[in-house]
Order: sequence, then C-alpha cells, then structure tokens
Amino acid sequence: MTDFAQLVVAKYNYWIYITLMMIGLYAIISKNNLVKKILGMNIFQTAIILFYVSIGAKKGATIPILEHGHGPAHGAGSHVVHAADYMNPLPHVLMLTAIVVGVATLGVALALALKVYRHYHTLEEDEILAQIRKK
Amino acid sequence: MSTQYPALVVVVPLLSAFLISAAGWANKRLCFPIAVVALAISTYSCFGLLVRVLNEGVVVYRWAGWDPPWGIAYYVDHLNALVLTVVAVVSLINLVATKKSIDEEFPDKLGPFYSLYVLMVTGCLGIVATGDAFNLYVLLEISALTGYGLLAMGSKGRAPLSTLNYLYMGTIGACFYLLGIGYLYIVTGSLNMVDIAGILPSLYQSKAVMAAFIICMVGVWLKMALFPLHAWLPNAYTYAPSAASSLIAPLATKVMIYVMIRLILTVFTPEFAFTTLSVSNAVVWLAVIAIVVGAVLALQERSLKKMLTYVIVAEVGYMVGGAWLGNSAGMTGAILHIVNDALMTLCVFLAVGNIVYKAKGHCFEDLQGLFRKMPFTMGGFVIGALSIIGVPPTCGFFSKWYLISGAIKAGQYHFMAALLFSSLVCVVLFFRIIEIGYYEPFSEEHGHGHGHHQEPSMEEAPLSMVVPLLIVAAGLVVVGLYTGDIVEHIIRFAIPKGLA
Amino acid sequence: METVVSIKPLLAVLVSLLVTPILASSRAPNVREMWTFVAAGVKFLLVLSMLPVILNGTQIVYTVAEVIPGAAIKFKVDSFGMLFALVSSSLWIVTSVYSIGYMRGLKEHSQTRYFCFFAFALSATIGVAFAGNLLTMYLFYEMLSLATYPLVTHHQDHEARSSGRKYLLYIVGTSIGLVLPAMLICYDLAGTLEFGTQGFLAGTGASKSLMAVLLVLLIFGFAKAAIMPFHSWLPAAMVAPTPVSALLHAVAVVKVGVFSVVRVITEVFGTDLLFSLNFSPIILFFASATILVGSLIALSQDNLKRLLAFSTIAQLSYIVLGVGLLSPLGMTGGMLHIAMHAFGKITLFFCAGAIFVATGKKNISEMIGIGRRMPVTMGAFFIASLSITGVPPGGGFISKWYLVLGALQAHQVAVLVVLLVSSFLNACYFLPIVYKAFFCPPKEVMFKGGFQEAPLFCVVPLVITAVISIILLLFPQPFLQLATMTVQGLM
Repeated sequence: MTDFAQLVVAKYNYWIYITLMMIGLYAIISKNNLVKKILGMNIFQTAIILFYVSIGAKKGATIPILEHGHGPAHGAGSHVVHAADYMNPLPHVLMLTAIVVGVATLGVALALALKVYRHYHTLEEDEILAQIRKK
Repeated sequence: MSTQYPALVVVVPLLSAFLISAAGWANKRLCFPIAVVALAISTYSCFGLLVRVLNEGVVVYRWAGWDPPWGIAYYVDHLNALVLTVVAVVSLINLVATKKSIDEEFPDKLGPFYSLYVLMVTGCLGIVATGDAFNLYVLLEISALTGYGLLAMGSKGRAPLSTLNYLYMGTIGACFYLLGIGYLYIVTGSLNMVDIAGILPSLYQSKAVMAAFIICMVGVWLKMALFPLHAWLPNAYTYAPSAASSLIAPLATKVMIYVMIRLILTVFTPEFAFTTLSVSNAVVWLAVIAIVVGAVLALQERSLKKMLTYVIVAEVGYMVGGAWLGNSAGMTGAILHIVNDALMTLCVFLAVGNIVYKAKGHCFEDLQGLFRKMPFTMGGFVIGALSIIGVPPTCGFFSKWYLISGAIKAGQYHFMAALLFSSLVCVVLFFRIIEIGYYEPFSEEHGHGHGHHQEPSMEEAPLSMVVPLLIVAAGLVVVGLYTGDIVEHIIRFAIPKGLA
Repeated sequence: METVVSIKPLLAVLVSLLVTPILASSRAPNVREMWTFVAAGVKFLLVLSMLPVILNGTQIVYTVAEVIPGAAIKFKVDSFGMLFALVSSSLWIVTSVYSIGYMRGLKEHSQTRYFCFFAFALSATIGVAFAGNLLTMYLFYEMLSLATYPLVTHHQDHEARSSGRKYLLYIVGTSIGLVLPAMLICYDLAGTLEFGTQGFLAGTGASKSLMAVLLVLLIFGFAKAAIMPFHSWLPAAMVAPTPVSALLHAVAVVKVGVFSVVRVITEVFGTDLLFSLNFSPIILFFASATILVGSLIALSQDNLKRLLAFSTIAQLSYIVLGVGLLSPLGMTGGMLHIAMHAFGKITLFFCAGAIFVATGKKNISEMIGIGRRMPVTMGAFFIASLSITGVPPGGGFISKWYLVLGALQAHQVAVLVVLLVSSFLNACYFLPIVYKAFFCPPKEVMFKGGFQEAPLFCVVPLVITAVISIILLLFPQPFLQLATMTVQGLM
C-alpha cells in the first residue's frame, strides 16, 4: 500500500493529467450539450499540454529565460550558462504550438456548433437526433 | 532546384493558400488557376523527388540548414516518395475534376474552399514528407482542421453535425499521438524519427517505450478509422460536398496508414513491433473484424456514398492487417494497397460526384437507368468497382495478391478468409449498383424489350468531370500492369531487410 | 520444346478489343456488322497463321507484363491452346452471320452493345486459350465472366435479372472464392504459376491432403465447366438470345471452363503427380456423376434450350472424364471432344434459334411435325444430334471412340459403362425430337403450310456447321493432330 502511495506521490503529474483526460473524455461521451462536449475535448487537450510542461520541470530550476544585460560588455560569451539551472524549454515551445492548435480546434468546433444551431435551433444532441430521425 | 524539391512540395501549396484567400476577395475566378498551378508545381516536385530517391537513395532536407535533432528535417525514402507522388496526383486530378461541382455548390465561397483545399493537401504532403515526430503532429492537425472545414461545407444540416463528431474523434486521436511522442521524448530526448530509432533499441524493454508505441498506435488507428474506432467516418464523408469527400476519402485514411507503417518500420523497428511486443496476432484479428464489419455494414446501406464509406472501413482493415502480418509480402501488400486504394477510392468517389452533379442524389433510387444516361461515368465506376473487388488486371487485384500471399506465409488463414469474404461481398455490393443502373425502370412492363420503348437520351456529366474520371480508371489498369515495376524498384527498398 | 517469341498471341486477343468502330457505327447497322466480320476474320487469320508453327512442335510465347515474380501476364501458344483457339475463332465468324439473322429477325434492342460485348467475350476466350500461366488464365477467365454478363442479361427483364444474378453468383463466386485462394496457395508452394509439360506442383512436396484440397478447389472453382453441383447457372443462362447461348454456352464460356480444368489437371498438377497420388478416381467420380445426372435431367425437359443446356453439362464432363482417365487415348478423346462437341452443339443451338425465329416456338411438345416446314433445319439437327450421341456420320463418333478406348486402356470398366449408358440416354432424348419432327401422323402436325424456313442468315450457318461435323468424321485434322501432339508432350 505504501508502495502505491509512493507511486502516486512520485508521479503525481501523470495522475493529474490522466484524471483530466478522463474528465474530458467523460464530457465528450456522456454530455448532451454540444458546447459541453467541445469543452470536454478542450480539457482533454489541456491535460496533454500540462503533461508535457510538467515533464520539463526540475527541482530547484528556474524559468528558461536567459537574462542579458545590454551593450557589448554583456555579450553572450560573458555568462556561462548552466543548463541544469533552467527548466527544459523545449516542451514549453512545443506546447505553445499545441496550444495554438487547441485554440484553432476550439474555434472550428464552435463554428460548427454554431452552424448546427442555426439549422436545428438547439444545441442538445438528443433533440438534434430526434429531429434527424423525424425527417 | 532539385535540392529544394522537398521544400517546394509543401511550401508552394502553403503560400498559395494565402494567395487564394486574397484572390477570393479580389476576383473569384483567380482562385482555381492559382490552386491548379500550386498543386501542379507540388506534383512536379514530388515526381522529381521520386526520381531523386530512385537514383540517390534517401533524401534528407534540413529546414534552414539546422541539423537534426535540433532542426526539423524532411526525410524522404522510397516509401514516402511513392506516397507523396500518389497524394499529389490524387489531389491534382480531384481539383480539376470537381471544379464544376464546386462552382455549383458554393459559388460564393470559392476563396475559402480552395484555400482550405490547398491547405489540406499541404498538411497531407507534409505528414508524408516529414522526418520529425512533432512536425508530423502539427501537420496532422493542419490537415485535420482544414478537413473539418471542407467536410462541413455541405448544404444539409447533417454535415456540420457529423463533422463535429469527426472533430472529437480526430482530436482525441491526434492528442493520443502527441502523448505517445511525449513519452518517446521523455526517454530519448529527441523528436527526430531517425534519431529516436537510433536511441531506442537499448530501451526496448522499458515500459515507457511500450506505452508510447501503443498510445501512438491507438491515436493513429482513431484517425484512420480502424474498427472499432471507425464510427465517425461514414457520416462525416457521406454528408460532405462531393468535392470534399472525393479529396478526403482517398487521402486522409491512407496518409494515416503511412504514418503507422513509418512508426513500425522506421521509428520502432519491426523487431520491436512484431517480436518484442507480441500484439501482432491481436491486431490482425482486429483487422479481420474490421474487414468483415465494413463489408457487412456496407450491404445494409441504401445510399451509394455511404456504402462506399463502409468499403473504406474494410480497406483500412486490409492495410492494417497486411502491415501487422509481420512478413515482407504482407507489408508489400499494405504499401501497394496505399497506392492502389487511393486511386480506386478516387475513381469511385469521382464517379459518385458526377452522379450527384447530374442526378442530384446518391441513393439507390437515383441510380436507375444510369448506364444509358451516363455511360462514361458508369464505365469509370465499373472499373473502379472491379478494382475494389479485385479483378485482374486492375491494381486492386495485385495488392490483394500480396496481402493474401502474406497471410498464407504467416499462417494467418483467417485474414485470407476475411479478404476473400470481403471480395465476394464487394461483388454483391457493386453488382447491385450495376443492376440498378442497367435495368431501367420501364423494363418491368416489356417482357422482351423489342425496342419500341423510349431510350432515354444520354445526359452525361460535363467533360471536365468525365475525362479525369476516365484517366483515373485507365490509371487503375496501368498501375496494375506496372505492379511488378513498382514493387521491384520502389517498395522492395522501403521494406527493411530484417522482415522475412 | 522450342519456343519462339512473337506478338501474334497478344494481337489475336486485342483485335476484338478494338471495338470503337463498332460503337461508332451504331447508326449504320451494316457498317457495324462489317466491323464485327473484320475483327472475326482478322482474329481467325492470326490464329491460323500460328498453326503451322505449332504443328511443327514449336511454341510461341509473349510476355506482356512481369507483374509478380514468377507469375507474369504471359501468353504461350501450344497445341492444346491452338485447338481451342481454332474452334472458337472459326465459330465466331459463323455465329456473327447467325446473329445478324437472329437479331434482325426479332428486331432486338441494343444490338450495338450486343456485338460489342460479343467481341470482348471472344477476346477473353482467345486470351484463355493462349494463357501461359495460371494467373493469365485467371485474368481472362474473369474478363470473360464480366463480358458475358451483359450478353446473358440482354433482354433486361425480370428473368434476365435473376438469371444474371445466378450467373454471377456461381461463376464469379467460385472464381474468387475457390480459384483465387487455391492459386495463391499454389504460388506459395511452388513460387511460380507457369504451365509446363509437367505440372508445376510436382516436386513441391506438399502433403496429399493439401493437394487433394487444391485439386477440388481448382476443379470446382472453374465453374464454367459446369461440373455438378456448380452447374445451375447454365440452364439459367438460357434466357439469353440464342446466338449467345450458341456460341458462349456451347463453345466459348463452357469450353473455357473445361479448358481451364484440363490445364489444371495436365499443367498445374501433371499426369505423373496425379497418377502417383491416385487422384484419378476423384475426377472420374465427379465427371461421371455429372454425365449421368445431366443426361437424366435432359430427358425430362420440354424447353428445347434447357434440354440442350443439360446435354451440354453432360457433354462437358465427357471432356473432364477423358482427361481424368490419365491414359493417352482417353486424354486425346477428351481434348478432341472439345472440337467435336463445339461444332455439333452449336448446330443444335442454331436450330433451336431458327425454330424460334421462324415459328416462335420454344418447347419440344409444340414442335411436332416441324420437319415438313423446316426440313433443312431439322436435317441439320439430326446430323448434329448424331454427332453428339457419337454415331457416324457425326464427327463425335471419333472422340467417343477414343474415350472408350481410353477407358479400356486405363482399366476403368465403370467409366466404360458410364460412357455407354450416357450415349444411350443421349439418343433417348435427341432422337424422339427428330422423329416427331419428321414422321408423325398428318393430324398431329402443328404447322400449316409447306416449306417455310427461317431467314437465310440463320439457315446457312447451321448448315455449314452441320456439314463441318460430317467432314470432321472423315478428316478430323488439324484437331486430332493437335490433340495427339498435346498428349504426347504430356506423357
């Protein structure tokens, strides 16, 4: 039991992202309202983004931004950069891309939901399906 | 110039998308020519690249000169060069063939439609050409989002709804893929495919690597509509406008199959995929079920377009099963089937596009007497149907040959049985259509048809829609006859030596 | 065996594929028919031109495309293929003449489509005849199934639709469901599908049960040979116009079926392999059963074309029987029967069609006394039925003679009994028709008026084929020579 507890505590970022993913998945599958489904999808994507960022974190590391002074005296060569002091910037950069993708997906999804609403005058999936069946 | 081919393939359509958007405001009639020129340049570059690969071997293109693993590299070997060419040719032919139908369905949205079209092709081409795992994710999402836009442009209300369902599934799939490469990044520190492949072998026993593989696979399977993750496909493709479905149906799933094969062959070597991880039997069974379910569900449909989407589900089963058989015949069959299936799906969907353009519907009732009214379209459709059934000398027969050969060699007779079963079901499916088109409605009254009934006049689709269809149909036979060359000179090199 | 490379086999196949002139001349029926004759004539001449080379003992090969290692799309003209090609290409010319008479006499619709697909079908037939390996044979076999579908369902009514379905079900279903897996397993075992003088499966060391399975799959898979139980498509296909039934179902389609079965027996398995595995009884059993059951059912038929269909089913199995005996004389007899039966059966079908054009009658019970009205037709019918029964002066006598000798040579007494019983049954169902047509009391005659034959275009072909049947008795060359050469090459 203590092993398991240790496992949970040590890898808490994994458990968090898994939980978020499951919440998102649950929303997509079981919610009726289209906007709620879309939000669930967004939560799903956010979970993955959090995961990536979390794997770049290190104990005692600071944000990966180099502080430069101004002027030639403070050129790049005057500081020796210890990579171990900084968090891994690569996942952050990758996730910037992923966030943009997520936003774009959200936009497209909401546009589609709007189109659905204009046609069926409701955002509840069961009502939409009922309308389709009636046709 | 030829050193820039890999870049041209993707950059030209990308930039032209912006041009088309601008042109859409200025002068709508410019959109089509710009798109054609862009895709033509892309196609030319793909052919050039194929020739380069055949002569030199693998072509690596470093964007902005940065070396991997820091920079993004395009890695073009025999496998991608072949698939790139197919994607480019399919999208170009489709663009030309569907011009009239686009003009008719959304005359006021030409700018947006063409720019989305070209962007989608960019995404697909990029997915195939890239050698960087994260870059693949980005391009995956580009092609997916633009695909959603294209599919949702249908005039009926069902199109946005079905596309929304596709959106959920597609996004989940892409997210799984992203998660998978996240795991890979954790263990290897690299995002470049070849680099990862170099670092991984010592880590094969690690659970993280196994998890990465499975998660990536599930993501890719979601996006290619492998049973049981296929539910989004039929609705999404059926209610879409013809131009969109005849672009996306041949390409989207095949490109994902390419990604799966790339993951199996290059990133995680076949040794890992087939021996270390012992799921191949289960996956082949899954493919068998996919084939059978696709075939059986297709039988129940009364709409031609929806029936064809279920046929796509079955075809995906062919390719996944073939790849996971674990021998070179099966893998050859899967790769060959990527090429063949893209062409034959394009053929039948173009024919359906023509039918929808003239007959305004794609249910069975709209198809009566079509052989008289649209003989050329139906001729092209019949050749596409024969290829899907697997009748020589069309190309579909030869990829089935390799798939069944692989099944026999691997002892997976259930896969062979599924392939034969689906061929027979396809005979029934397509001959039902042929019957409806062949026996006119008035034949019931005339027992002997002595020629005194009104022969309906020919109302064929316009030339710009028929000629590309016939070119693709002829292409099916030509590719079939050249199978030996394709396998001998291209596919043979795509398969690593380790595969039996 | 010397081989010579020549493009002639490909040309012979392609000649009738170039049907654009036929399509383009749909407004001018005479021009259209002329194109058919041009194609038929050129094809026959091409085939004939290869005959001297073949009779010399050389084979002609031509590879079209190396699609799969070990299984290219390839033509190989040998004596057996030449025999079949001669029969079908010569009979196409005759059938085209007959078609003109028949189709115009009944004012049929869609004649352009008819002539077009007829040409395709003949293309495919010659393709099968000249196929150099199992893959090529399969390719043209499928092409034939597809080309004949519009011909069988020409009338486009309810009956045609359901017969068309049956046709497809039996023929395409078996070729995809049985032949394709068998072919692939053979390829897996042998690495090649080439037809050689000793079957390519010899020496693969596969187990006896696997060989038995393959044999059964291949023999029944080529369902055009109408071996029971895959025979029902043939009577159903009689809804087609008679020229279609005549050429296709007496000559081209069904002969393609038995040709394929013979190729399977001789060049996929090989006589030595079958001997050593003792599979001959399997083949003989199925063939004999088909012969007897087919002949018995034919006895009960009233519709003339259906009777002829069942007779065909039985006669086809003579060919399989002959080859299945695995004795030189038996195999010669079987192969020769391909030619003899073709000429005889086509005459019979021509007569049935001529009767339909002239009087509108389809059933035998309505044809009493018709000999007075159509003596030429019924005379030809008589000669042809003699040939089929195996009685001189019909050419079929020679092939039956060889079959009997072959049965004795192979020490298969049961087969001998089957041959004799079935000949007796043949006589039982043919002779009464002729007797009732000519010799019946005046009050039973159903036809008024005197001599009133079918149109000339219908009568001339059937006289020609009947006369050829007689000539073949006296001078069975080159068919006998080709058959003997083939058997010599195999043994």
